[in-house]
Order: sequence, then structure tokens, then C-alpha cells
Amino acid sequence: MKNSLILGAMTVAGLAAGVATAGTLEDVQARGKLNCGVTTGLVGFAAPDANGEWQGFDVAVCRAVAAAVLGDASAVEFVPTTGKTRFTALASGEIDMLARNTTWTFSRDVDLKFEFTGVNYYDGQGFMVPADLGVTSAKELDGATVCIQTGTTTELNLADFFRTNNISYEPVPIETNSEAQPLYLEGACDVYTTDASGLAATRAAFENPGDHVVLPEIISKEPLGPLVRHGDNEWGDIVRWTLNALITAEELGVTSANMSDMMAGTNNPEINRLLGTEGTLGAMLGLDADWAAKALAVSGNYGEIFETNIGENTPIGLSRGLNAQWKNGGLIYSPPFR
Amino acid sequence: MTDQHQVAYVRTEMLPEQAPPSSQQGVFKWVRENLFPDVVNSIMTVLALLIIYYLLSGFMPWLFGGVWTADSIRDCREILDAAGREVGGCFAVLTERWNQMLFGFTYPTDQYWRPFTAFLLLPFAVTGLMFMGLIAKAFRILAIVQLCMAALIVVGAMAQGSGLGMAVTPAILAVLAFAISTLAASGTPIVRYLILMTALYPFVAFWLIWGGSILSPLFVMIGLIIGYLVFKRGEAFGFAAGVALGLVATVIVWIIGGQIAGLAPDFLAFEAVRSRDMGGFMLNFILGTVCVSLSLPIGIVLALGRQSDMPIIKIICVVFIEFVRGVPLITLLFVANVVLNYFLPPGTNFDLILRVIIMITLFSSAYIAEVIRGGLAALPTGQYEAADSLGLDYAQATRLIILPQALKISIPGIVNVSVGLFKDTTLVSVISMFDLVGMIRGPILASTEWNGVYWELWGAAILLFFPVCYGISQYSQWLERQLDTSHR
Repeated sequence: MKNSLILGAMTVAGLAAGVATAGTLEDVQARGKLNCGVTTGLVGFAAPDANGEWQGFDVAVCRAVAAAVLGDASAVEFVPTTGKTRFTALASGEIDMLARNTTWTFSRDVDLKFEFTGVNYYDGQGFMVPADLGVTSAKELDGATVCIQTGTTTELNLADFFRTNNISYEPVPIETNSEAQPLYLEGACDVYTTDASGLAATRAAFENPGDHVVLPEIISKEPLGPLVRHGDNEWGDIVRWTLNALITAEELGVTSANMSDMMAGTNNPEINRLLGTEGTLGAMLGLDADWAAKALAVSGNYGEIFETNIGENTPIGLSRGLNAQWKNGGLIYSPPFR
Repeated sequence: MTDQHQVAYVRTEMLPEQAPPSSQQGVFKWVRENLFPDVVNSIMTVLALLIIYYLLSGFMPWLFGGVWTADSIRDCREILDAAGREVGGCFAVLTERWNQMLFGFTYPTDQYWRPFTAFLLLPFAVTGLMFMGLIAKAFRILAIVQLCMAALIVVGAMAQGSGLGMAVTPAILAVLAFAISTLAASGTPIVRYLILMTALYPFVAFWLIWGGSILSPLFVMIGLIIGYLVFKRGEAFGFAAGVALGLVATVIVWIIGGQIAGLAPDFLAFEAVRSRDMGGFMLNFILGTVCVSLSLPIGIVLALGRQSDMPIIKIICVVFIEFVRGVPLITLLFVANVVLNYFLPPGTNFDLILRVIIMITLFSSAYIAEVIRGGLAALPTGQYEAADSLGLDYAQATRLIILPQALKISIPGIVNVSVGLFKDTTLVSVISMFDLVGMIRGPILASTEWNGVYWELWGAAILLFFPVCYGISQYSQWLERQLDTSHR
């Protein structure tokens, strides 16, 4: 707050109450900044680096949307949210969009009145156990103590899984992934369960990753994606199609390296439509013609973002798996740009 | 009585003193009496030594074999492996993220000196109040502390090759502290100026930490001064009327000042830093200092209100205290962060730190009110009656007779609440603010480089928190001894 005059601030607040809010796109453009909700820190997905710059897989989505809407990838105000504060932050209008590895579920979509604009990572809940425990399947975990993050869908999935298999467990509730690691390593719990991506990242940070195994069972579907509020479909479209642009670009082979050449025009009409050299897709969204090109210029297409942040050459070392393009047997699939 | 000199077997002069036997003096005596007085205690001593050795043999190699420069935890492990060391801390995370732990990750790096200066000025603001009789000595110690700080920074800057400029402030302040000490020692009545310094400090600190034009804090200060002057005049019509008039005057000045400050946002301005960009230990310190100093006067008012004969005031105070005490702090913080957003019109950005400060202050003032009520209740009725019999009115009696005694009794309780409150400020990490704990739990442990470093980070957090809390408690014990007027 620039002005310390509390009373003045409250007067202004009272006046602002009378001003009706326009669409989110107009708000963002007027503000010149995109308020994007991210996690307070999740390895590979969102965390500030030593210079205080946010980096990560979810962060890249925020930056792409900011670039598409405002033409500036750095015009993002990252609002850190926890598992408990994320939905209120979005519902109250504190943030314009939430890109915080949030699972797309029925009740969040319908009951909490949010709109998931796609899936940027297909995850699933898995189990990690020490190798010397000798467990080969999650169904052998009867009576185990399980470290589990509270306030997430993993908690509910775990209960469901153990109930359907008629086995018992003892939960050890924890707040964040970083708390789970020492607890698990010290043996406070036999099993650590979270999304498979999180397990891989956690295991990669261990001193002896080989001493721990991730069990083959994936007990849930966790489609993670960005989301916006109900009721502003134009804004939802922008976020949805920015993500789709990143995915389509990978499918069509548009990368940050060859994009400038392709901007000159190619003989593939879909690439031309994507990059805005042909057709009026940008105008339909209320954006510039080269909106998708700007989004792609930030950190490349979906595949490039994956590789730099969480791919096999990073310490986290996730393989594409379900998150490969549909042509390569994955689930990543964008509707056509037409 | 016979003459001693005549008796052959009686000495004529004293023998020289002999040293006590070696078993009855020095280290031997101490060791035998304290460590090995009997069999049971000897066994205990040996056991304790073994345990200490066991702990240190694990801790020392970890501490001294640690890695201080590396890019990531994997790098650390490689360096340790290459050196053939079994254990060793990965302290490189502290080297790389130290500034983030102190200031958060969004505070502009080239402006670190501002909160640092505010922090160094804090003892100047409080020493005058806290060590009433011993100003010369206290400021001499303060000068030494500031010099040590400067020296530390110089050493650190030598090691890192940058940041030498930070040492200038503590060096200047050391000279200032020494000057104050000398003045006080020579008998100059300096306390008045020191209290002026205390009164100025909040505004200077705000200006330093948040930046922006100096006009905003200046007008807030002017408003308070004018309010006080009006109160002094209005006191003739009674205490309550004076307060009311003073408040009105203050608010009028604030509103006018707000307009003027809005016109000249760049007048004597530092680069403005938003509350959202505050973080690290600095945030804990801001919240702790502000909330403790605000909740003390509010707590006093609440405690007095609870004892009032006027039913409405009494009911309001009782309901407030009991309600706030019946709610966990974390709930209040969630209200501040999450629920308030629903009530405020969309798009309003009611400062988050301010919201949190209000909530923590409400919380701790309810507790302090109860502590002070205990102090009030402990006063014998005779004190109240004596005040009445002297013809003092309520305000005078409270100010001059009741409160000085009640507050003295309440010191341990107040300090207890303050220390607890300072540590409770780490709870803001749950509402996604990046205080010291939030920084460690969130950004640092979630970075790909440092995911998996725990002991080093939490150890550093302990090293930052412990001296402050221990210092507060030692001070309170000293204060109790100073104010002890009982005739035991």
C-alpha cells in the first residue's frame, strides 16, 4: 500500500464499491497486469528462483496468458495460494485465473462455480514405499501409516481406495510436500502418497533414490489444469485457447526456435491461423492477431515447457507418459484451430 | 593471664598461611563437589559426558564439514562425495537464499539497506524507554553491538566480494550511540530527546520500509500531534470530551493531508515497495513489533473497560475479549485473508499486511487485557480508596496510582504474551504470506535446486528466532528486578 492513510484507503474502498466491474479481459488490460494464482511452492510446477523470479510448469501457463493478452510475459502478478485459500482467492476476484495444479473435479467445476479451461498435466495418485519394506502392490498396505496432504483430493482418494479394498490405514496429515519428505525419510510413515509427479520429484531429491519404489497402482485420475470463474466466458475462452495454442504448436512442430521463420508464412494453413498470419482468430477472442505467437515466444510450445521444467533432463525427470501428444499415445489433444 | 613470650612451647609469631590442600581448591574441588560427589552422581556425570560426546561427534562433523558454496543439493552431495566426507551440511542453500530468508523474494534487492536501517534504528527507539536509569550504559552496549554488526558485515563482504556499503549504517549508528552514551554519562538531561526519537521512529521506519513519499507518514504524524494538542486544550471539558475532540482534529488533518500527499507522490520519495513484496524474517519482525506495541495500549483500555461501572462499555469489552479469546488466531488470519474478500467490493485491494496486523493486534490485545486485569485485581482496594480520598478523578487516579502498580505486576504476563505473539507471527505462512517459515516451506524447499534440504534451513530459522525471544525474556527479568519495590 502506497498510502498509509487508513481512513483515506477505506473511503476509496467505499467509493469503489459503486463502480460496476467490467469483463475480466477489460479489467486485466486496464490494470496492465494479470493476477495469476499459483502455489506457494511445488517443485517443478511453481517456485521462485534465487533472483525471486517465478519459474515452473504452471507459471509458464500464467506467463503465456499474460503474453497473449498484454503482450508482456512479465506483466504477471503472481499471487501465491495454499490448498485452502486458492478457491476463495479466485471466487472473490483477487486473482483472474488459477494455475495451481488443481484437479478438475465435478464438484469444483459445478458446485464451486469454476470453469476448468483444459488440462495441462494428467496426473494420478500413487504410493511410494521404502524398497526394504518388500511391498510390491498397494493392496498389501493393510495397517500402514500413510503421509497425506490435507485439503486435497488425494486425501479423499486414499479413503476411497482403502475402503473399496477393505484394508485399513492410519493417516499422518501434513500440510505441504516439503513437510512430507523428512517425515517419510525418518520413518514417521510407511507410505507417502501424492500425485505421481510429486512422488517422482520427491524421490529425485532423496540421497539414495534407489532405496524407494513407487508402487505400480495409480489409484485416481488427476487432470490438472488452469481454471477461471464462472460467468465470464470470453475470459475463459482466452485462457482455454492460450493453453490449446501451446499444445497445438507442439503438434504442428512450431517451436520457439523456428517460430520467427514460420511467422513469414508457411504452406500449412493451420500454422498460419495459429500464428495469426491468416484468418481472424485473434480478433474473435478480442486480442491481437499474433496473440498465440506472443504466448509461444515466452517459453516455447507445450513440449518445450514440459522439457525445461519437469522433463527427463531436469532433476525431476518426469517422462511424458499420459502427457505425450495424442499422436504419440498420450492424452494431450487440442481441438483444431479453425 | 601469663605472659605468652615466657612460655617455651608457645610460638612467638604467626605461621605463614598455607595453601589449602590441592583436593580442596580450584578445579579439583569444583569437579569433585559438583561432578563426582558420590557414586550415583559420578555415574550420571559419566553418562552425561558420553551423551554430550555422542551428540557432538555427530553434530560437529556435520557443521564443520558442511558445504557453503554449491548450486544445488545434488552439487552439495557431489562435493561431499569428492571430499570423501560421510556427513556434512548443505549450507550452500543459506549462502544463496540468505537474503530471501531475511527480506522475502520480491523485496527489491538494491533497497535492502532500507529495512536494514529501520532494524538498526529500532534499539535507538526503545533503549531510551526500556533502560530508564541506565541510559549511558545501555547505549555504550548498543554502540558496541552496532560496531560488531559493522565488523561482521565487513567480514561477510570481504568473503562475498560485495555489500561493503551495508556496513556504513551500523558504523554511523555506533558513533551516534557512543555520543548519546557520553552525553548521558556527563549528566545531560537527554531522556526527553530519546523519547522524541521513540515517537518519531514508527514514521521513519514506515517510510524506510514501504518507501513512497515522506508526505504520507509526515501527515499522519502531524495529525497525531495536532490531535494531542487539541486533546490537551479539550481536557478542560473532561477527559472523554478531550479524547473525542482530539480524534476529530486528527481525522480532519489526515483527510486534508491525504489529499496533499496524493498531489505530490514523488516528494522526497524512496522507491515504493508494496506490502505484498514484504517477506522473510523482516515480515515477522514488522508484525511482531507493530502488533505488540499496538496491543499494549488497546489491552490497557480493554482491561479498564472491563472493570468499568458503565454497563455498555463493560459489556462491549467483555464480549470483545471473550469472543476473541475464544477463537484461534489462525481462524482470524483466515478471516483476514479469505473471508474479508467476500465482504469488500471486488477490485478493492485492502492491504493484506494491514489486515493481518489488525487481526493479530485484536487477538493479542484481548490476551494482554486479561493479563492487565489480573494486575488490576491484585491491587489492594486500599489503593483505589486512597486515590479517591486524595480527590483525584478517575483519569488521574488510573494514570497516577492504579496503572503504574498494576502494569508492574503484569510484566511477566505481558512479556509472555509478547514472546508468544512474536512466534505466532509465523502462522501467516498458512495464509500464503512468505514470512521466514513461509519462505522456507514454500519457495526454498519447493525449488528444484534445494528440495530436500531441511536441517540447515530450520536450524537457521532457530538461530534467527531464539536470540530475539531469549532477549525479550531476559529483559523482562531485569525489568522486574529494577522495579521491585517490595521489602522482602
